[in-house]
Amino acid sequence: MTVSDVAPIITSRFANPDAHTLSGYRATGGYQALAKALSMSPEAVANEVKEASLLGRGGAGFPAGVKWGFCPPGVWPRYLVVNGDESEPGTYKDRMLMERDPHQLIEGVLLACYAVGCGQAFLYVRGEMALAQERIAAALNEAYAAGLVGRNIMGSDFSVDVILHWGAGAYIVGEETALIESLEGERGMPRLKPPFFPAAKGLYMQPTIVNNVETLSNVPWIVNNGAAAYNELGAEASRGTRMFAVSGHVKNPGVFEVEFGTTTFRDIIFDPRYAGGILGDRAVKAFIPGGASAPWFFEEHLDLPLEKGTVDRAGSMLGSGAIVVMDETTDVVRACLSLVRFFAHESCGKCTPCREGTTWLERILTRIISGQGRPTDLDLLLDVSDNISPGIAWPPKQTTICPLGPSAVSPISSALTRFRGEFEALIDDAVAARTAVTPVEITVGSHG
Amino acid sequence: MARLTPENEVLARTIIGRYPVPKSALIPLLHLAQEQDGWVTDEAMAHIAELVGVSAAEVLGTCSFYEMFKREPVGRYLVNICTNISCVLMGSDDLLSHAEQRLGVTVGETTPDGTFTLEGVECIAACTEAPCLQVNYRYRYKVTPESFDELVDDLAAGAFADEIPPHGTLARVRQVIAADRVAGAVEPTDGRQPEWMGDPDGGAS
Repeated sequence: MTVSDVAPIITSRFANPDAHTLSGYRATGGYQALAKALSMSPEAVANEVKEASLLGRGGAGFPAGVKWGFCPPGVWPRYLVVNGDESEPGTYKDRMLMERDPHQLIEGVLLACYAVGCGQAFLYVRGEMALAQERIAAALNEAYAAGLVGRNIMGSDFSVDVILHWGAGAYIVGEETALIESLEGERGMPRLKPPFFPAAKGLYMQPTIVNNVETLSNVPWIVNNGAAAYNELGAEASRGTRMFAVSGHVKNPGVFEVEFGTTTFRDIIFDPRYAGGILGDRAVKAFIPGGASAPWFFEEHLDLPLEKGTVDRAGSMLGSGAIVVMDETTDVVRACLSLVRFFAHESCGKCTPCREGTTWLERILTRIISGQGRPTDLDLLLDVSDNISPGIAWPPKQTTICPLGPSAVSPISSALTRFRGEFEALIDDAVAARTAVTPVEITVGSHG
Repeated sequence: MARLTPENEVLARTIIGRYPVPKSALIPLLHLAQEQDGWVTDEAMAHIAELVGVSAAEVLGTCSFYEMFKREPVGRYLVNICTNISCVLMGSDDLLSHAEQRLGVTVGETTPDGTFTLEGVECIAACTEAPCLQVNYRYRYKVTPESFDELVDDLAAGAFADEIPPHGTLARVRQVIAADRVAGAVEPTDGRQPEWMGDPDGGAS
């Protein structure tokens, strides 16, 4: 195993009990990046982040610095929206960053606003995360009082309000255009892209940058240490470090910040410093490399590095940094149903193929599991899937506005391709049970 | 108790003032209504509509999309058990069945004494602590049937009153922006380039 021992970037304060307070943050170098940035031009700060190959940590993996550059020149105001609506099944890291080091995030928000010229920032925290909301509210209150947020920050001409906003329970709001709709007080339904790319037409139809919590939490370090130092870590486009949550059938489930691009799945699942191997030393049946939306990986993928391009080419994605391990005892049909049921429940209902398709996928899987499966059901699952995501390929095509519908296809195609026999066995049993029923002989006219 | 109290109305106006467009305050205000009454009443929605300047139907349209907003009373404790993949792999199906038996309700129902409402919830970002649940959005990790029973007994006995507020209360710390520190909401029609971005004609981007 080749586990690199790099110093953590974004979780460096997690062991400090007072990391969430202003004094705790300042005692460990907090807000130095902001002071440094204010002595630089906004353009220079933006360039540093662009040089740093900071891939977005929310799911799509788009370089943050490049995204910042997409705002049309001369169009004002611009807004920053922070996506703290972490809700992809298997994902657990943004909540941790918000609860344990909220000032690091706030400093990242301020740096982004300064670099891009955003006149106001909205920090959208998931509704269910009460402690994260509390910690961010307290941190903002302290930062405002200390002159670090709001009017004339650190005595400069840089002024921006950072407004804590929170959701109310809807996975779809993690999608950036749905997040904007929700922030406008609407039902969280995605907008069509084009024309509604947030950088061009976002919040209130103005240029808007939507960045994930983990992404922005990296920015203070980059401004302090420079893009060159950041790019020394990692491989190919995947630079710096990244947080991965490893859950499921492992001995030591946990959230680990590892060097991006070089650490392998085998390292993070088996190394004693990380997840420590499979429960009961059983074999791996499958693992999800990047959240519920990602196609599954199997034993032959264990030696792939956690590198965006490599994982993309292997037919899946690192997504939101959520690795879910299923051991050899896993009932994959039930696992598949759990994933599909989630997407059916969270479909916003705007696009017919997703609204109807995910619902039918759930119903068909449910009847297979409950012993009512039909021999035609597996082809039907694929047919419905094909109507949501034509060709059932990766990267997925879609007949929908956003990727939620195609995400429900990932577990179906993964499980059916690899474990079709397990589905067939359930259906065979159901058919056999139905045909095995012996007709009961009824003697007509007997009253005996 | 239905419309926002005078005190909450003041708070609502402060919240609205932070946004460039008032309707953006809808979700925080619906949370405020739920914090006040434990659920979102029609009267509160009508009041919010007046404050924000939209129709009551628009408020309902937004409210009804989001699962955390309850439009009928729920128990003192809303128990949400995660039903997603990481928790399912670690036994949350069994935990949910156990919870139904222990509380004598099915998912979505409230116990007759009004103490507990049981729900299945989608992934709550505690996947490494599976199976997990929340009580009024406060976490409990690696829950077993035994620890669930203990939790129910403790809650029924009034334990955790400090840690777990009544349903509807999320953060117990509110954002406060002092008048001398506020930069101000930036309206979408405000076409000015921010001061720190340099000379407006200098081409800084």
